[in-house]
Amino acid sequence: MANQSVQDIIDSEKVYEAGFITDVESETLPPGLDENVVRHISSQKNEPEWLTTWRLRAFKSWQSMSPPAWGHIDHPEIDFQSISYYSAPKSHLDGPKSLDEVDPELLATYEKLGIPLHEQEALAGVVQNSDNNNVAVDVVFDSVSITTTFKEKLAEAGVIFCPISEAVQKHPELVKKYLGKVIPQRDNFFAALNSAVFTDGSFVYIPKGVRCPMELSTYFRINERNTGQFERTLIIADEGSHVSYLEGCTAPMRDENQLHAAVVELVALGDAEIKYSTVQNWYPGDAEGRGGIYNFVTKRGLCAGRKAKISWTQIETGSAITWKYPSVILRGDESVGEFYSVALTNNKQQADTGTKMIHIGRDTKSTIIAKGISAGKSDSTYRGLVRVSPTASDARNFTQCDSLLIGNECGAHTFPYIESKNSSCVVEHEASTSKVSEDQLFLCQQRGIDAEKAVSIIVNGFCKDVFRELPMEFAVEAGKLLEVSLEGAVG
Amino acid sequence: MSLLSIDNLSVNVESSGEVRPVLNGLKLQINPGEVHAIMGPNGSGKSTLAHVVARKPGYSIQSGVVLFKDQLLNEMEPEEVAQSGLFLGFQYPVEIPGVSNMEFLKASSDSLNKARSKEPESTTDFMKRVRSIASSLDLDQDFLKRGVNEGFSGGEKKRNEILQMLVLKPDLAVLDETDSGLDIDALKTVSNGVNAFRESSNGVLLITHYQRLLDYVVPDFVHVLSEGRIIQSGDKSLALELESKGYAWLQ
Repeated sequence: MANQSVQDIIDSEKVYEAGFITDVESETLPPGLDENVVRHISSQKNEPEWLTTWRLRAFKSWQSMSPPAWGHIDHPEIDFQSISYYSAPKSHLDGPKSLDEVDPELLATYEKLGIPLHEQEALAGVVQNSDNNNVAVDVVFDSVSITTTFKEKLAEAGVIFCPISEAVQKHPELVKKYLGKVIPQRDNFFAALNSAVFTDGSFVYIPKGVRCPMELSTYFRINERNTGQFERTLIIADEGSHVSYLEGCTAPMRDENQLHAAVVELVALGDAEIKYSTVQNWYPGDAEGRGGIYNFVTKRGLCAGRKAKISWTQIETGSAITWKYPSVILRGDESVGEFYSVALTNNKQQADTGTKMIHIGRDTKSTIIAKGISAGKSDSTYRGLVRVSPTASDARNFTQCDSLLIGNECGAHTFPYIESKNSSCVVEHEASTSKVSEDQLFLCQQRGIDAEKAVSIIVNGFCKDVFRELPMEFAVEAGKLLEVSLEGAVG
Repeated sequence: MSLLSIDNLSVNVESSGEVRPVLNGLKLQINPGEVHAIMGPNGSGKSTLAHVVARKPGYSIQSGVVLFKDQLLNEMEPEEVAQSGLFLGFQYPVEIPGVSNMEFLKASSDSLNKARSKEPESTTDFMKRVRSIASSLDLDQDFLKRGVNEGFSGGEKKRNEILQMLVLKPDLAVLDETDSGLDIDALKTVSNGVNAFRESSNGVLLITHYQRLLDYVVPDFVHVLSEGRIIQSGDKSLALELESKGYAWLQ
């Protein structure tokens, strides 16, 4: 496995491979945001009245809010009126289709990105690998979901996995019950914006006691110029159920910045477990800092019942700006929250990312392992909050933040906040900052490994604790991504 | 063809803005099948010599020629030197946390093979070979899963260098004070490793302070380095004489 990934690294081309543009005709709203746009999106999706009202309420809130200014990031003010809030490939407007009818241009796009959309092919691959782990994929292209694979097989197990727009139609009671319950509309500026204009995203429901038979995955792709992507994901794991979910993202290379403001809500009921992994590879901009995605994302999970567990693993290599704090509210007694993160910035990228662990229940436990890697002229920040409420007796947290610097022009920053209101809790924090040293490089080179590969090996070693948490297929991809993202970091 | 041929080598080291000559007209030739030992007091330039032939950054060659298998080393990148078959056993091996020993060895072996346009060794064969060499050095299997030099004892680090040498099979191994800090058992293990490496086609350059290593690895030539030059060469008896009389005897 390790050797396979090393070989893959050698073979991988060092460019942003996902940076191509797909030539499809799209129906795109003109730039600008007002009530009519919100209504238009809602009517495009044929939404019930309650959801339209819900969106409009969010829009009102958003108008009264201002963008957060506390992040350790620097960018020109975003003009929210210059963004288009809805774009769909034209071929998709005639309603849902079977996979055979999906625009071949779109299929080709995902083939190029290495995402298998034909179930048959995916199965063939599985046989070859003699591995039972299928991955069901939901694919979101700009504002709409293109296709979801393996739907029938999942339905046999009672699992619902579909675009959230479809869930609104088919499972309104579930959507209504949970939407906005973990992340309230007014939670923050970007969450409010998303609540008003979210277009598509994935919906997952795992029934009581069911172990989801395969990995679920959503692949997000921004294609259209001047559009933002505002997807919304809602995952509910009923009592005693288990699900592992993967999220991947790419975008074409464009000179202007594009906004991505997603909301992800997870609910784990008693004894349920959700494992959520992200490999974020939005276009980072060029070496001079032109273009790239502004990634302002709110992700939060609620451990609602006893012994619930939510685990976030993220590999963040893309985006010009990353602003993201996947968090866990540990409400159920003995519930568990985990956050494993690798955030790599190169050239002029900026990342301000971390987590919040909110301990409410007794005997709750959280673990935070955050690895930041900065190269070029980039800045990487870890920002974390561990809050222990008065009710959270015997809560425990362990936090480890490690920063690795490559070169002399980058920065690493750590802002850990600890608020403890219960004297029986144990909160541990460890932090380290290191550099890829000349001696480490020389050791690798003396063993025949060139400098660029040496850095990649050293960085991979630094990230091992986090990579271990990723599903197999993603671990390889993550290793490759780091290699590509570090291009030109030595020299 | 000689393995290593150094002629009239002068080298400066720059540290904290100060330039200092360290090697000064050094001459040395190593042929296949030979083991050479370089001895000398602290600061005589022994480690500098090892670093210069491995092309460690930070040393500037003022004059002279270093040929390795008839290739001019003077301007080569460190990895090119390694790829052409020169191995440096480090005096102070550094840690690479999280990268397992086995993984590192495979990456290294694959890089060397690739540079020589050879197919990589199959993972199964490679691991089998590494395990057997490790056990000959009294290193248990767990050792191969640990991060490179991560939390290793001094003796483990040195044995790890020997392991790498035996796995990678260079044409010339330059061992920079591999014997320092070893207890007598570890010294024997390391020496057995070096002796197992010796072949008519390869060479070894031992850099050491002490004669005791040479009891176990018997050199063909012993050189004494002082102030950046070789001031005396001889066979094994020179080392013994040095041991009894001290370096002052030659100055």
